This record gives sequence, structure tokens and C-alpha cells, in this order.
Amino acid sequence: MTELLQQLINGLALGSILALIALGYTMVYGILRFINFAHGDVFMLGAFAGFYLAPKIATFVPLPSVAGALIIFGLSMVICAALGVLIERLAYKPLRKRPKLTVLITAIGVSLFLEYAGQFFFGASNKKFPDILPTWPVTKVLSLSVNSNQLIVLAVTLLLLLGLRFIVMKTRMGRAMRAVSFNPEAAALMGVNTDVVISFTFALGSALAAAAGILYAINYPSIDPLMGIMPGLKAFVAAVLGGIGNLPGAALGGIIIGVTETLVSGYISSTYRDAIAFAILIVILLVKPSGLLGKKEVEKV
Amino acid sequence: MLEIKNLTVGYGAINALHGISLSVAPGSIVTLIGSNGAGKTTTLKTVSGLLKPKSGEILYEGKNIAGLPPHEIVRRGLAHVPEGRMVFANLSVLENLEMGAYLVRDKKQIRAEMDAVFAAFPRLQERVQQISGTLSGGEQQMLAIGRALMGRPKFLMLDEPSLGLAPLLVAAIFAKIVEINRARGLTILLVEQNANRALEISHAGYVLETGRITLSGDSPSLRQNPQVRSAYLGG
Ligand SMILES: Nc1ncnc2c1ncn2[C@@H]1O[C@H](COP(=O)(O)OP(=O)(O)OP(=O)(O)O)[C@@H](O)[C@H]1O
Ligand SMILES: [Mg+2]
Repeated sequence: MTELLQQLINGLALGSILALIALGYTMVYGILRFINFAHGDVFMLGAFAGFYLAPKIATFVPLPSVAGALIIFGLSMVICAALGVLIERLAYKPLRKRPKLTVLITAIGVSLFLEYAGQFFFGASNKKFPDILPTWPVTKVLSLSVNSNQLIVLAVTLLLLLGLRFIVMKTRMGRAMRAVSFNPEAAALMGVNTDVVISFTFALGSALAAAAGILYAINYPSIDPLMGIMPGLKAFVAAVLGGIGNLPGAALGGIIIGVTETLVSGYISSTYRDAIAFAILIVILLVKPSGLLGKKEVEKV
Repeated sequence: MLEIKNLTVGYGAINALHGISLSVAPGSIVTLIGSNGAGKTTTLKTVSGLLKPKSGEILYEGKNIAGLPPHEIVRRGLAHVPEGRMVFANLSVLENLEMGAYLVRDKKQIRAEMDAVFAAFPRLQERVQQISGTLSGGEQQMLAIGRALMGRPKFLMLDEPSLGLAPLLVAAIFAKIVEINRARGLTILLVEQNANRALEISHAGYVLETGRITLSGDSPSLRQNPQVRSAYLGG
């Protein structure tokens, strides 16, 4: 029982990170109806932004510290938001009227570009992510060992999800996002500048990916330019599992994949851990292609 | 108020409008009638910026707006209720109306416009929290018109507001259009296949056939025109 709870906590932490990435896939899909395959690499860039920021921040705020970590979080999110907007403007916007397949292939190209550019600029070898957050000694709750970083992951994810929910459901921009995702032409007739909404969507998704990158790096402190590939693919599966285009679905999908993967590798075999997400993808595509919370409408990607 | 000059619009290589010209006087209701595929929707979409013209001018309050993006055109007080209503089915009635006031920053003005819309369409008020996709066709049409009024436009374009509605509801919607025109002094360009009713409530009309204006004039004389009678008024 304790063992199971322990695995659940580990799974929730991993699932939260996947959920944050999955939200970016699903938001962009909701607005533009294509899968931004470069999204996993924005997650990687978030971790590297944190890596390079840490020594700079340390010159005026001692690290590890909560204040320092917050600054690094915030700045990485802003940097990646800007990068996300830039990627959309340079790579995807010129193709807005082209067939979706063209954009999809471009997205794969952007992904490869970011990975190789990362290897060129950051070096291909693994880097140790600095300690930016103070860690408390492992706490024993009901004989469970909960590591403070895992709690941070859960808390930060929860806050970001609530923030996102607020933006999407309660603000003027969020309402415009939902309107554009339903019908861009009708939204334009309301006076919405759809380019601004698309940029905002990329900024939001990329900022969440950056946060996920740093949370990941805090927990698994070895980072490299290809680190975004697997989490990116799994988060994509999470978005499909939840119902692509559906925000709560993406969060739920991330949690399910994270927990399942952790349980399988804990109880059955860790050899198959990376295969879990894809097994789930195959099952969901066969059984319910619209995903757990998705609408009936099935869109060909 | 609106003057279209020699407007040519196409989809790819095929032109849907071949140099049409028409004008709408301030405060009037002008109707554009024509059968399926004549180019009525294409005309409205080009005026509101959803389509870019190949050539020609669209003078709105004296300025050429041809080719501007829709949000720039809407900002100038032009509203377009599209064919098939296109209410945001995933948003509530209230949120749809708020979207209509997207460019209005003054909360008091939004409140006032909403009260005016509710006064005109009490049915919408009863259903403010309902998700719009579950409204009936008639209610969706009311919502689409109400949403367009939320931005307090000076010029309103309606694309087949009677489409798919029961006769009684069509009469009610047309009565509303007249009321909106009179009470607000709102200039209206109305696209209809229901030529009889459209000519009844409008001041002037144009007949569009495969991308060309073939007839125009004041509505009473168009209703008497033998060609119009045989082609659009059922003899
Ligand atoms: N997206 C499009 N791509 C290619 N051709 C189009 C497109 N939309 C319309 N057309 C063509 O342009 C012509 C005019 O269409 P339009 O929709 O403007 O007609 P309409 O008068 O509004 O007809 P209806 O009464 O059926 O709504 C038609 O021949 C139509 O096939
Ligand atoms: Mg039409």
C-alpha cells in the first residue's frame, strides 16, 4: 500500500510535467488545427534558459533560494513565450493558408532545427542543472517519503493550471481564444485580430512548456538538447488521450500517462516505460479517437 | 454610406464577382437579391474584409476599405451577421454578446447595449447562461443579430437572416430589422433569397446574377418589374 502510494506520488509529479506540456499542444491545435511538433523543444529551451540564467541570477540573489528560483521561473517563461511567438511568426504564419500537411512537416523541421541548434550552442553532452531551490529533507508522511521537489512540482502545476483556467475562462483575451478556436472568421467579424490571438496562444503554451522544463530539470537534474523529444511525444499522446483541443483533457491525459508509466515501470518492468504512452495512444485511437473529454468531431491531422 | 465600385473578387483563378457596383445611402435598407451561387455572400465577405478583392473600391464613409483586415473594418462601425449565423456554439449567450462588444472597452456602454439587445430579444435574456450551440435556429439568429448590435455599429450587413426559419419567425425577424433601422438609424445591407419580403422592407434593391448586377432600383419599382417577378417573386 505504501509502495503504491509512493509510486502514485512519483507518477503525479511526472504527470504534472507532461500535463503542462500537453496544454501547449492542445491550445495550438484548438486555434490552428495542427500539431506543433516543435513544442517539446521549447520545453528543452525552458530548461536551458534556466541553466544559463542561474549563474547570472546568483550574482545578485543567492541560490538556491525561493526568490531566485521564482525569478528564474519567470524569466524562462518570458523568454520561451517570446521564442514561441517568434517560431510561429517566422515558420508557421507564412504557411497559414497552406495545407495542414505542409505546416506539420515544417513543424518537424523546426523541431529538428531547435535540437541541432541546441547541440551546436549548448553542446551535445549532458549538463547538470544547478540547484536553484532549497530542498527540505525528505519528509516522511505516513511512512511515505515525499521529496520537497515533488511537492513543488505539484504546487506549481496546480497554480499554473488555475492561472490558465482564469485566463481562458474569465478574460477578454481568453474569450477571444475560445471564439477563434470555434470559428476564426466569425471571431474576426467581432473585431478580433486573429494574429494577436494566435501569438498569445503560442506565448501561453510556450511559457507553460518552459515552466515544465524547469520543473523537470529540478527533479531530473541532467539536461541535454534532445531532452524534449520523449516528454514532448508523451505530452502529445496525453493531449490526444484527453481529447485534442480540450484543455482539461490535456491536463487529465498528462496525469494519466505519468501515473500509468510510473506504475508500470515500478511493478512490471522499467524496460517498457517509454512504450506505455504509445501503447495508450494506439488503444485510444482504436477505441475513442476523439479522446476522453473530446468532442465527437474528428479532425484529420 | 457605402459605395462599391467595379468590385472583382475570385476564389483562385475563378471570379465570383465581375466588377459589381452598388451603393447604400445612409439610414436606408438596401437589399441584394439573387439565387444560389450568385455571389451575395462573396460580396458581403469582401466588404467586411474576410475576402480580399482582386480589383475595385469599397468606399465606406468616403474611405476606401477594400483589402483591409476585418478587425480594422469592424472598428469603423461596420457589422456583418454571416450566413448560417456562426454563433460561437461553445460559448454561452452572454459570452457571445460580450464577443460582439469585443472592441468596446467601456463597461457601462457594454451594459447599456446588452440591455437594449435584451429589450429587443427578451428570449436571449432568459437564456443568458445557456451554451449557444443548444439554442434553436431562431434563437441563434436573434443572438447573431444581437451580437452584431453589441458593438453599436453604424452599418449592418445581414446574410440571409431568414435562412431555415419557419414563416412566422421570418416575419418576426424582418420586423426586427425594420425596427432596428428606424430606432437606431442604422444603415442596413440585407442579402436575401426571400426576395418578396426583402423588397417589402427595403428602400432600394439590387439583383445579382452570376457575379453581375443585372437590375437595380427602388424597391417598389423592382417589385413591379416583370423580370424580377418571374425570377424571384414566383410570377
Ligand atoms: N470558398 C470558396 N472556394 C471556391 N469557390 C467558392 C467559395 N465560396 C464560394 N464560391 C463560389 O463563388 C460563387 C458565389 O458564391 P456565394 O457564396 O457568394 O453565393 P451566394 O449568392 O451567397 O449563394 P447562396 O445563396 O447559396 O448563399 C459560387 O459559384 C460558389 O461556388
Ligand atoms: Mg450566400
